[in-house]
Formats: sequence, C-alpha cells, structure tokens
Amino acid sequence: MNRIQLALAQDHKLLSIYFTAGFPNLNDTVSILKQLEEAGVDIIELGLPFSDPLADGPTIQESSTQALRNGMTTDKLFEQLKDVRKHVSVPLIVMGYFNPMMQYGVERFCQKCQKVGIDGLIIPDLPVDVYHENYQELFQQYGLLNMFLITPQTNDERIRYIDNVSEGFIYMVSSAATTGAQNSFGDVQTEYFKRIGAMNLNAKLLVGFGISNAVTYQVATVHTKGAIIGSAFIKHLEANGADSVYDFVAQIR
Amino acid sequence: MNTYHVNEKGYYGDFGGAYIPEMLYPNVEELRQRYLEITAQDDFKAEFDQLLKDYVGRPTPLYFASRLSKKYDTKIYLKREDLCHTGAHKINNTIGQILLAKRLGKNRIIAETGAGQHGVATATVCALMGIQCVVYMGELDIKRQAPNVARMKMLGAEVRPAQSGSKTLKDATNEAIRDWINNPVDTHYIIGSVVGPHPYPDMVARFQAVISEECKVQLLEAEGRDYPDHVIACVGGGSNAAGIYYHYLDDPRVNIIAVEAAGKGIDSGESAATSALGKEGIIHGSKTLLIQTPDGQITEPYSISAGLDYPGVGPLHAHLYRSQRAEFISIPDQEAMEWGLSLSQMEGIIPAIETAHAFALLDERKFKTDDVLLLNCSGRGDKDLDTYINYFKL
Repeated sequence: MNRIQLALAQDHKLLSIYFTAGFPNLNDTVSILKQLEEAGVDIIELGLPFSDPLADGPTIQESSTQALRNGMTTDKLFEQLKDVRKHVSVPLIVMGYFNPMMQYGVERFCQKCQKVGIDGLIIPDLPVDVYHENYQELFQQYGLLNMFLITPQTNDERIRYIDNVSEGFIYMVSSAATTGAQNSFGDVQTEYFKRIGAMNLNAKLLVGFGISNAVTYQVATVHTKGAIIGSAFIKHLEANGADSVYDFVAQIR
Repeated sequence: MNTYHVNEKGYYGDFGGAYIPEMLYPNVEELRQRYLEITAQDDFKAEFDQLLKDYVGRPTPLYFASRLSKKYDTKIYLKREDLCHTGAHKINNTIGQILLAKRLGKNRIIAETGAGQHGVATATVCALMGIQCVVYMGELDIKRQAPNVARMKMLGAEVRPAQSGSKTLKDATNEAIRDWINNPVDTHYIIGSVVGPHPYPDMVARFQAVISEECKVQLLEAEGRDYPDHVIACVGGGSNAAGIYYHYLDDPRVNIIAVEAAGKGIDSGESAATSALGKEGIIHGSKTLLIQTPDGQITEPYSISAGLDYPGVGPLHAHLYRSQRAEFISIPDQEAMEWGLSLSQMEGIIPAIETAHAFALLDERKFKTDDVLLLNCSGRGDKDLDTYINYFKL
C-alpha cells in the first residue's frame, strides 16, 4: 500500500502542509521536511517552483519566484531528496505544474520520484481526462498516486468521474479562488464541505486553499478527512525563518 | 481530406487542448459547449455583421500597392486592417466575444493586454455594450504604453497592473486567468489572440476569419481568382495571421508565410522567434511551442514591437510550422523599423511595428512577376510613434 493510502486509512483527521522547495533558501528543503515530520504533520506537499503558476495566489507565486532565483531546478530537487527516505517517513507529494515535468520527460520524472520515495503528485494544470487517457498507467507503473482538485463549481457528475479516477485523496478547493490564506470560512463554504462530505465518495477529502489557523482547520475538517495549509505556512517561514516549523504546526492542532 | 483546422478534441495536430486547473473547467467547458451553437444563431450573426459594418468599418479595403509592387516586380495586395476602428484587427475578435458573453449572461469582462491594443479593443466594446471591464497589463507595459492606458481609462475600463513575474504580457495573462478563477460565475475572459485553452484558439480564429472571407471576394474582383499565391502575416500569438490564413488553410494552391520577430537576433537571447527557439510545452492552458529554459521555466521574450513579444505562439501556428504547411521566417528589429519608414514613404501608410515585420519579408524572398501576394496590414502605427521618434530621432 502507498504511504498516502496508509495515512488516509488512519482514524484521526489529517493535517497536510505545503511548502515550496528551495524557499526561503535553496537548501532548506530537507530540513523543513524533517521538522514537519517531527511536528506531527501527516502528509507533506513539496512545491516544484514554476515561473507561471496559474492556480496560485501571490504568496505561493512569490515563494516560487524566490526559489527559482535561489537556483532551484527539477534536478536540484531530486538531488536534495536523494536520501530523504533515510530521515523522513511521512507521505510525500510533489505539487507542480505540468510544463517542467514535460521538459524533464514525464516518464523520467516519474522514475525519479519513485527512486527518491515520492508517493504522489498534484498537477493542477493536468486535467483529469488527459491524465486518465495518457498518463495514469505510467504513474501507476511507478507507484505514484495523482490527486485531483474539485471546487464549489464542480458538478456532481464530474465529481463522480474524478472520484472514479482517484486513487489517493480528492483535493477540495474551499472556494472559488487561487491559493491564499483566509481568516475564517462562512456558511457557503461550510455548506459546501457538508454537501460533498455527504456524497459518500470512495476517495477521502482533504480541504485546501484558505486554511490558515486552528479555526479554519477545525471548520474544514468537520465533514472531511483533513486539510491542507500552504500560503499561511509560507508566510510563517518568511517571517520566522526556516527553523520555526514546530511553532507553526503547534498552533494549528 | 487533410485539414489544418481544429479537431473535435480541440487539437491542431499535436498542439492545443485545454491544460487548465480544475477551477477553470466549468467556465471553459461552458464556452466549449456553446460557442459554435451561439455563433451560428441568426441573431448573433446579424448583430456581429452589422457591428463589423457600421461600427468597425468593414469590409476593410484590399489595396493594390502599386509602387511597392513595381519595386519588387510582383503583385502586392494589402488587406487594410489598419483602417479598422481602434486601429487594428483586434476589434473583430472583441466584438465577437462581447456578443457571446452577453448571450452567456455574463456582466463583467476581463482581458489581458501587452502593448494595449487588445485592451483598448476590449474597453471599446465594453463601453459600446455598457459592461464593466477590467484589463490586466504588466506593470512595465503600463509605463511603456501610457497613451493606450489613457485610452482604456477614457473608455471606462479599470487597468490593473500585473506585478508578478516579469510584469509583462505573460504575467498579465496569468493575472487575468487568476481573476477568472476568483470570479467564475459572472465574468467572461476575452483573450486577445489565438492562444489559451480550447476553444479560444478556434473561437478567436473564427472571429478573425472575416479577414480572409473578404479577401476572397475582393481578390476575385481584382484578379479574377479568389486566392493569392502567397499569404503573409506577422505572428506574435497569431490572431491577424489566423484571420487572413483561415479560408486558405486547406487550399494547397496558397503558400502560407508567417513572419516572427527576431528581436536583436535569434541567437542574441533577446528574441521572440518562437518557431526557431521554442520547444513543445504548455503555456496559458495550451500545448504549443514556447520559449523556455531547459528546466521548463517560461522565459521573457524580446521584440521592439510589444505585440510580438509573446513567449508562445497559438497552437494552430505551431501545427502549421511542424507540419510544414507554413513557411516561418523571423525579422530583426532593425529591418522592421526600416520598413516602417519605407512603407510610410512609398505608400503613405504608417504601419504598426508588428505589421512592418511582415513587409520585411519582401527583402528576404524573391517572388515571380505574376505572383499574387496577400499581405495583412494588420495595424496602424499611431501607437508606435514614440518608438519611431526615438529610433529615427524624428
């Protein structure tokens, strides 16, 4: 069983944290991974920086730009992760845009992911139907799960289709928005979490976009399996440096 | 029959498709399902045709450039898109898309712009229809293109600076896409070229196809046949080219020539010649050729003409290049600028710098005396006066 599936099978709610590889400094990647594991995070999403991250709000965009300026590349990331499985055992997901993976060679990219111990991928601009037709077999061959997004605008029929193709969790985007921290969720979002929670999907749901603190984490996980924090963590790293991971996680749960 | 038009899955050969985040899926899917049906409706066609005629000033003339023809010993016809309202072909597309947006029940329009021509064309049709308009423009471009920023403001549009990345056209496009993600219900995104996810490349090409539709009638009248031997246009994203090629794409008698901007030279690192420098990848939701680093980061192109410095090219053009249906050539800044002056003094037409690139082809190729050349005079040079002034110390 894949590490992501093992994590999803646990009884408790899951906390997943995203950060951009190579940010704030080029070689902080592994240190941040270790600290996240020590702090008890259940799943880690590692962002492969891209020049044109369409689905991201300003915080993650800027961290990507900074990481690229620091010299981050796809090769560099795999180099940094070479021995990561000696130190870190939580599920690791690479989140990135499709163009850098295409240039690396999709199969070669998958191969490398498997070799360093990556468990899954999130590729916001690789649509589910293209994945299903062209890449699913390849990803399976290298033991990689691919996670898909749904939004409040995704209709039930499409959610069912995505659920069928999903082998890991479904990444539930909290509201019509790019990534970015919010202070609270309103009734509309709570209703949405409840509605999707009641669809009895095969895949577990993790809520992302807009989770920033204990309150939003709580609200997001009432009807779902867990939640994902990205921008708020990036902001924390920016303000407090790369050694301050524990403090952030401790204030969420 | 071999066709160079889009297939039912949204691809031109290897290129095209819709590589979009799920957040955009409902919007793009709605467009995909409805654009053909809506644009085929009688009331849509009637309103589109009437506005093109009475508001844009169509049909634009097909002008036989006699001095130019004499000098190059061939027959050169100019399709005068520079005479359209707002100064370029761009408005053909914005008229089409605003009518579509109205029928989709949208009450807010967003657009991206580089030099400001598409922004002005979008602000214009929004004013015409009384619809709210937000135009994203790179912070650097806002500084470089002050007159067009002022035009958009006069027309009632809000111009929002794109402050991310390189602060130019590609970043303005990213910001417009992000706006659409944040406003999925009431907003329509008017893309300005034959780029972006399917159905945009095909939809924009269809709205621009009026250019070659008119050429067929006008050439028949002038030459006794409705096709040229060579059709020539400049290509940035490629909308004016798509428009003048459209009805000749599947006609093997017509040689298609695309002229890109070489900037300071193809190997200078400051160029926008996507066919020569680009590799297959994904930009703004479309699989196409684009200029990028070996690591897949999209790089900032360069051309003296702001309308040609896009790091990609529409998927139709990527297909025309790879299949060798079209001949691609690139022209450096200097030659284009000199042609801006030559055309002004030989034919009394001051072209946009983008357009001047297409004319520079005449020095690169030898044509036969009885060859009929159809050249898209896509825009006028008013917007480029500052650049011309500085370049020639006028």
